[in-house]
Amino acid sequence: MVPTRVVVVWCPELVVLADDPDRDAQGFEPVVAAVESLVPGVEVVCPGLVAVPARGPTRYFGDESRVAERIVEVVAARTGVQCQVGIADGLFAATLAAQRGLRVPPGDSVGFLAGLGIAELHQPAVTGADRAALVDLLHRLGLRILGAFAALPVDDVASRFGLDGVRAHRLARGLDERLPLRRPPPADLTVTRRFDPPLERVDAAVFASREAAGHLHTALASRGLACVRLGISACTEAGEELHRVWRYTESLTESAIADRVRWQLDGWLTSRGSRPSAGITLLRLIPEETIGGQALQRGLWGESGKDDERADRALVRVQGMLGHQAVLMGVLGGGRDPTDRVRLVPWGDGLTPVRDVHFPWPGRLPAPSPSRVPTHPLPAEVFDDAGRALGVNGRGRLTGVPYRIAAEENLPPRVLSWAGPWPLVERWWGPGGGRCCARLQAVLGAEPVEPSTEPLAVLLAYETGHWRVEGVYE
Amino acid sequence: MAGMAGMASAGVALVLQRVPVVPASTLGERLDVPGGRPPFPVVEPLALLLPRGLRRGSIVAVHGSLALLLALLAAATAQGVWAAVVGVGDLGVLAAAEAGVVVQRLALVPRPGLDPASVAAALLDGVGLVALAGTDRMPPGVRRSLAARARQRGSVLLPLGRWPGAEVELDCRVEAWYGAEAGYGRLRAREVVVRAAGRGAAARPRTARLLLPGPDGVVAQALPDLTPGIRAAG
Repeated sequence: MVPTRVVVVWCPELVVLADDPDRDAQGFEPVVAAVESLVPGVEVVCPGLVAVPARGPTRYFGDESRVAERIVEVVAARTGVQCQVGIADGLFAATLAAQRGLRVPPGDSVGFLAGLGIAELHQPAVTGADRAALVDLLHRLGLRILGAFAALPVDDVASRFGLDGVRAHRLARGLDERLPLRRPPPADLTVTRRFDPPLERVDAAVFASREAAGHLHTALASRGLACVRLGISACTEAGEELHRVWRYTESLTESAIADRVRWQLDGWLTSRGSRPSAGITLLRLIPEETIGGQALQRGLWGESGKDDERADRALVRVQGMLGHQAVLMGVLGGGRDPTDRVRLVPWGDGLTPVRDVHFPWPGRLPAPSPSRVPTHPLPAEVFDDAGRALGVNGRGRLTGVPYRIAAEENLPPRVLSWAGPWPLVERWWGPGGGRCCARLQAVLGAEPVEPSTEPLAVLLAYETGHWRVEGVYE
Repeated sequence: MAGMAGMASAGVALVLQRVPVVPASTLGERLDVPGGRPPFPVVEPLALLLPRGLRRGSIVAVHGSLALLLALLAAATAQGVWAAVVGVGDLGVLAAAEAGVVVQRLALVPRPGLDPASVAAALLDGVGLVALAGTDRMPPGVRRSLAARARQRGSVLLPLGRWPGAEVELDCRVEAWYGAEAGYGRLRAREVVVRAAGRGAAARPRTARLLLPGPDGVVAQALPDLTPGIRAAG
């Protein structure tokens, strides 16, 4: 082999880059994705080399050479890279075939390998082992081709060359050095545990879940993935199933996965209403959404303190007792009404506002805002002193002087003072006519008026001919 | 510890001996003492009623006003403490934000189901301030266990209603609303009188005249000369 510095002298315009597997892998990723788009179960052997099981795609496309053509086409079309495809039995033979662009018929791989030079055993990028010394030794022993090495008895190879020799010998014989590890789509990361006898008690389920959680976490971590949405599914002997999806903003540690399993089972096994009638026989952990693990790096300081972690555990625990929708966080967004401006999202879901809070939102009510905002409209009626029902006319004015209100909610009836109405016309240009309403603030008191009663302020809205209580200033 | 001392130099061993060893089992009680963790802060106008803030592990009952509850949560959440409100189905989050509450740390459990006490107990484990509605019908045994949980975890339970044995009971009485006049102006501020009574250090009742909410949604002290100004601004 010619030293690099000699090559540079021969060829001064040559750019020499240092070996950097990270860079290689990064550049190779689009190729992997392109191959994965065509055939399932892609295994990245090293940057620059992927292995694909040939049987399934062959059945689908009809012919091995058609598969190879399709892969070359797709990779070239998507990434602009030319690739070579080789087909043979076993990863090692297939690698050597790919380097030559050959298709070795099934069963012929041993013969194909037998004719190749012994130096082919040294493939550090593929096999991960430095076999230069072994190759040199075999060469000096007079074994010039792989077939000669393969012809030696395994026992003799083991006693003379040790474990690495045996592995190299397996390769030379067309066997796999070890079983290939696929790079499966995330669905295959599901961890399933069957329990026989069925688990009746929570503590037994917790113990089992810890092991399963550790397994899932290791599986995720080894792929550099972090789970942001985990499905936990438990089945009982009687066929009942509880499936719940847990979502996270933080990276899921092993104990965090185990905690979720524990909380879900805890909540289920100890609930009064929907307690399962038999023990748990099956537990499944399904990572439904994964992201690159490095995207979940926590902040160095600030937001992610110890308090936040404790609070997260407590809130998730309550979610385990009552369900995901039971713990809500308010997200402030843009809008004109107290109802519009707040969106309640379950704890753990994304806290992004729907409408931009920084827009001016003309017509929105200034502070103070009502401390109670009914989640469903509370119908109300407004009357003048003669008992006539009042509304708001097309010009945005009250049709009389408010004197008394009636509402389903137990509110004081007498209107002491009021402000408004403020009309609000939204999206009148859009289909469906948009929205047209008027807001009125009223301070209510007891009837007859007594100085000792406490005044109560409410926010009323008038829309499509009806009043409703939009907020109570309590 | 002995192994460490044996390996370290004599000086280090001496220092190790001087540090008082606190068994983990007594840590809960230690939170009660004034030398334990500092109380949760309250905003300036409420310091008239709670000069020492919200003591960890205590129970502070709030009557008559959700705005008062929100004002109590404001300063603590701004300092990174988490808060939860259990059993209030229609809390105005916008009003909370205006009162100064950091809503990113305010969790709501509007429908706690048949057993709100166990929900509150779970929350007291990790959330510093837990407000709980519907405590009036709670049996004494449940109250005691909740109080013990709060004391043990160093959290503050804020029942929205009567709570016999609460360290402080805050009573809010509405005096007047300012700003709205027969169709003119808008609601600007509400004048209330809050009375704090309790036991122990809080045995002497205190009262404060406050604007709750004040003109911008934040609680403010009701000053005699300020009130006519707001009235006139209507």
